[in-house]
Amino acid sequence: MEAAMGLMRRIPPKHTETALSALLSLMPNHSSDLLSQVDQPLQVLCDVQCGKEFILCEYNRDADSYRSPWSNKYHPPLEDGSLPSLELRKLETEANDIFAIYRDQYYEGGISSVYMWEDDNEGFVACFLIKKDGSKTGQGRRGYLEEGAWDAIHVIEVGPEEEENTNYRLTSTVMLTLTTNNESSGTFSLSGSIRRQMSMKLSVADGHLCNMGRMIEEMESKLRNSLDQVYFGKTREMVCTLRPPSEVAQMRMPES
Amino acid sequence: MAEEEEESELSDKQKVEIAKWFLLNSPPGEIQYVAKDVKSILNSDDLYNEAASEAFPFYNKSHLISLQLSNRSGDVLVTSFGELEGNAFLEPRTAQVAMVDHVKQVCTGVRPATDEELPSPYVEEFRCNLDAEVIKYVEETYPKGVCSVYCASGKDVEGPGSNFELAVVISAARHSPQNFCNGSWCSIWNIDFKDDQQTVEVKGKVQVGAHYFEEGNVQLDAKHECKDATLFQAPEECALAITSIIRHHETEYLASLEASYLNLPDSTFKDLRRKLPVTRTLFPWHNTLQFSLTRDISKELGIGK
Repeated sequence: MEAAMGLMRRIPPKHTETALSALLSLMPNHSSDLLSQVDQPLQVLCDVQCGKEFILCEYNRDADSYRSPWSNKYHPPLEDGSLPSLELRKLETEANDIFAIYRDQYYEGGISSVYMWEDDNEGFVACFLIKKDGSKTGQGRRGYLEEGAWDAIHVIEVGPEEEENTNYRLTSTVMLTLTTNNESSGTFSLSGSIRRQMSMKLSVADGHLCNMGRMIEEMESKLRNSLDQVYFGKTREMVCTLRPPSEVAQMRMPES
Repeated sequence: MAEEEEESELSDKQKVEIAKWFLLNSPPGEIQYVAKDVKSILNSDDLYNEAASEAFPFYNKSHLISLQLSNRSGDVLVTSFGELEGNAFLEPRTAQVAMVDHVKQVCTGVRPATDEELPSPYVEEFRCNLDAEVIKYVEETYPKGVCSVYCASGKDVEGPGSNFELAVVISAARHSPQNFCNGSWCSIWNIDFKDDQQTVEVKGKVQVGAHYFEEGNVQLDAKHECKDATLFQAPEECALAITSIIRHHETEYLASLEASYLNLPDSTFKDLRRKLPVTRTLFPWHNTLQFSLTRDISKELGIGK
């Protein structure tokens, strides 16, 4: 299992799906460990009842069916698929509505789904998912990307209330690939995957949704920033180590 | 479950294929680490050895790895341009042939090249002059660059009147696992000397890769191809003209890579996720009631989705 995780840290993130299915077939005995420890790009299904797409993950799966957050029905239909309690379902519905607006404001498109379920210690767990195809054939408004995918998975464990406070433990993963392609610069492709955690004790006076939403917003901004500044920056530094651009600086005076 | 059990019945051949896939997809300079993990997952030395013996030569050649000659007289590049039979690679500058152990990635022995393995004196003069110019360029441009010039075809051409081809190979790699970063720059320039047209056609392929893996896994994969041409002249002039073409295109390419990076934060990345919402203020989580109100109104008016 350690070796498998080692491989996943090295294989180009754009090949995650192929790598995971290869590992699953090589190590069938570890399939549940692999599926829970390796994040893979999100899949989507259409809710036939309301004609809206929803995201699939381990958290809305029962047997071979997936529950839609829109109709609360399993696809393909499942007789006795597990459902959240009525109270939690109410929060889930609200979360889906609000999170769709949040997603639209930051992503200008994309698909989002929120799933909630009770856990064993009087709290609950919520999973917020976002998938965006930013390519020019997808929902990239500016048309810069030949290929562009962003998948975000946020899982929040919400503890029981203690004197008007609650512990929130958030684990977030972002996976992305972006490729630009043009005549003069060829294909330029960056792909990456990072995961971070954050815990907070917050007053329940603002409501769970408000608390969870703020944490996710903060985390997403952090992850986006570190991908952009730190991770992409490090690969750029590497390129400059391989071939320092001093010549370029001399040859190319600022044009403006 | 039935499906999983079926899948677990992989044939040895399939296992070897999967192992090769992992090895071939190793980032620059990391195949030995990948090999260790693959070996422990396969749990069979025979299968691992089979996969490694097929994947390593391919990886070494496509990544243009450079190995120190066992007699310490320089480096040899592992590339199909210098490949001879039996894991031997020509090092044209010193006219030596290196025996290569692909899986260990070392040179195990060196012998002088035979006359048949080397180009004719006529072609050698073009090759050698170009090599001298390319060395100068690579030394001043790549802190850890290795280069070599091969005769790719027509090595027996004895004098004017026939076409021949040279290939310039440049490889620069940097491995700093302690800084969680590895990278490589590989360029291959095909130089087609067309005697009949008195021109020299230059075709370049550049591939740059980088992997940063501190608490994450982010990889750059960039490729570029270009073409240019110059006049067929004396060996010294050709060497200067070709090297200046290479310098020009590689410099331009580096600048375009820089430009791609500069465009990331404000344009390219924005099509995935914006830094701030379209409203340019943080999302009003404390006041989401407004959204339900707006929604109810639009529903009543029959607008919206």
